[in-house]
Amino acid sequence: MTATVPSTRRLYRRPDRGLGGVAAGIAEHVGVRVGLVRLAFVILSTAGGMGVALYGAYWIVLPTAPGAPRSRIPAWLEYTIAAVAAVAAIGIAAWTMPLGGLFAPTMLACLGGALIWRQATDPERDRWRRLSRTSLAAGGTDRVGRIRLVAGSALVVTGAVLVLARADFTAIRDGLLAMAVTVVGIALLTGPMWMRTMAQLGLERNERIRSQERADIAAHLHDSVLQTLALIQRNAASPREVARLARGQERELRNLLYGTRTASGQLADELRSAAAEIEDAYAISIEVVLVADAPLSPGLAAAAAASREALVNAAKHAGVTTVSLYAEVEPDAVSIFVKDRGVGFDLDAVAADRQGVRGSIIDRIERHGGEVKVRSQPGSGTEVEIRMPLR
Amino acid sequence: MTARVVLVDDHAMFRAGVRAELGDRVDVVGEAGTPADAIRTIRASTPDVVLLDVHMPEGGGLAVLEEIGSSLPDTRFLALSVSDAAEDVIAVIRAGARGYVTKTISADDLADAIKRVADGDVVFSPRLAGFVLDAFRDAPVAPSVDPDFDQLTPREREVLRLLARGYAYKEIAAELFISIKTVETHASNVLRKLQLSSRHQLTRWATDRRIF
Repeated sequence: MTATVPSTRRLYRRPDRGLGGVAAGIAEHVGVRVGLVRLAFVILSTAGGMGVALYGAYWIVLPTAPGAPRSRIPAWLEYTIAAVAAVAAIGIAAWTMPLGGLFAPTMLACLGGALIWRQATDPERDRWRRLSRTSLAAGGTDRVGRIRLVAGSALVVTGAVLVLARADFTAIRDGLLAMAVTVVGIALLTGPMWMRTMAQLGLERNERIRSQERADIAAHLHDSVLQTLALIQRNAASPREVARLARGQERELRNLLYGTRTASGQLADELRSAAAEIEDAYAISIEVVLVADAPLSPGLAAAAAASREALVNAAKHAGVTTVSLYAEVEPDAVSIFVKDRGVGFDLDAVAADRQGVRGSIIDRIERHGGEVKVRSQPGSGTEVEIRMPLR
Repeated sequence: MTARVVLVDDHAMFRAGVRAELGDRVDVVGEAGTPADAIRTIRASTPDVVLLDVHMPEGGGLAVLEEIGSSLPDTRFLALSVSDAAEDVIAVIRAGARGYVTKTISADDLADAIKRVADGDVVFSPRLAGFVLDAFRDAPVAPSVDPDFDQLTPREREVLRLLARGYAYKEIAAELFISIKTVETHASNVLRKLQLSSRHQLTRWATDRRIF
């Protein structure tokens, strides 16, 4: 199912036209001439520098269109101009307006917030939105949320009390009114854009999750299904074998689809599932006997992987139908034995460059501080003993 | 002399399969599909060996053993199961079965196990050896009626470990430089300890398993 997203016109800056491209961008978005927008900014500027502040804010907040021609001004110069303009505007406002002392810090904080928001990457914004939501919604249940809620409320109340106590009311009224009007105006202007950004973030997150799942499934299909299909082709002459392979694969797919097996991170589960897979893949039966269990440390994971390799070797080369796997967790070490009664081999006769046992079993175990003993004689089977100390 | 055997399993297909596989190596004198049926058949035919499925409706193999296990001294029980559930297997052994094998056992091994049980020996499959090792693991010995039953000797432990690793009695004897007869003695001692132990651990261990 594919959701069709209506293509929305977004508000972009056009840095290839004019200073920051704000006026041009708005003009294009709203559908009026650039001159009119510029005039509006100029007129607003006479009202206590509001136009300059707005222009600056837009410059910082608005993105450029993807793939749009780059600004004629280099980025560093752009930021410098923005910073100087912002400081100048706030300075003038602080100097001239009756309430400048209050207005300037507020404006600075808003600009800072906008800047941080713009710099943040999508996942970060995402996280912030979640955080702010949980801090309110989960305020009652979550301890951190409760502390945040109390601290925030305390700050707000303190600020309000300070302002009311210090300022004389008639002067503050006009200032507060102007500020409220400005805030509402900005909200109206940029509201739709914010909403759209939120929606887009949600969509992107879902898309990310979905693509990750797809990758997982692809990896799984590669490891199991393709492998099985290859084995089926090789065993096409034997109906019994094909049926067995198909059954094993069916079970595995069921597990994947209906999720009955999860990796528990325990040695016993690891060994059991390795044995089951090798039973399926090589048409042998493995007598698995496990005494006690331990959580899977890196050393034990290596031991499990090496045991798996030993089982594969037995399945491939021993020429038997049953192999024994015994693992015991003792207080200070784990012992694992893989034994078959197959053809066996002469240890000394194995060429030094044969990688199988050396690389995937012995080296792997010794790297983790364990030891391996291989006992084998032609005609009397093979036993691989793996001993891995615990901690 | 071929052993006279009764097959007890609720799956007729399985009974037919075992009967065919064993062929004339044993003398199958009866079959039963339920515990009640089994008790009647076993009483009537007094076989040498009963192949007893652990898991059946109406109480399973345990119900059969509890009913007639002690009243027929010449009939021996060999538990047979697909189950991985340690507590079920241990319960059946404690109720008097002389051994436990899994249903994946080969026909030759099964015939051998039946013969061994008929001769009075015990049969430890690797899995049963693992269960027992688990049950007697790192013993913080609790006070009990007879401490002798509550611990395995180091030698018994060794024998059990080798059994769990898939060694046959003969191979264990060679490995430990003892006679096959001694290995058999160790095995039956372990089984007796398992049946008679009032060990705290056994109950705790079983409870642990049930919690899982």
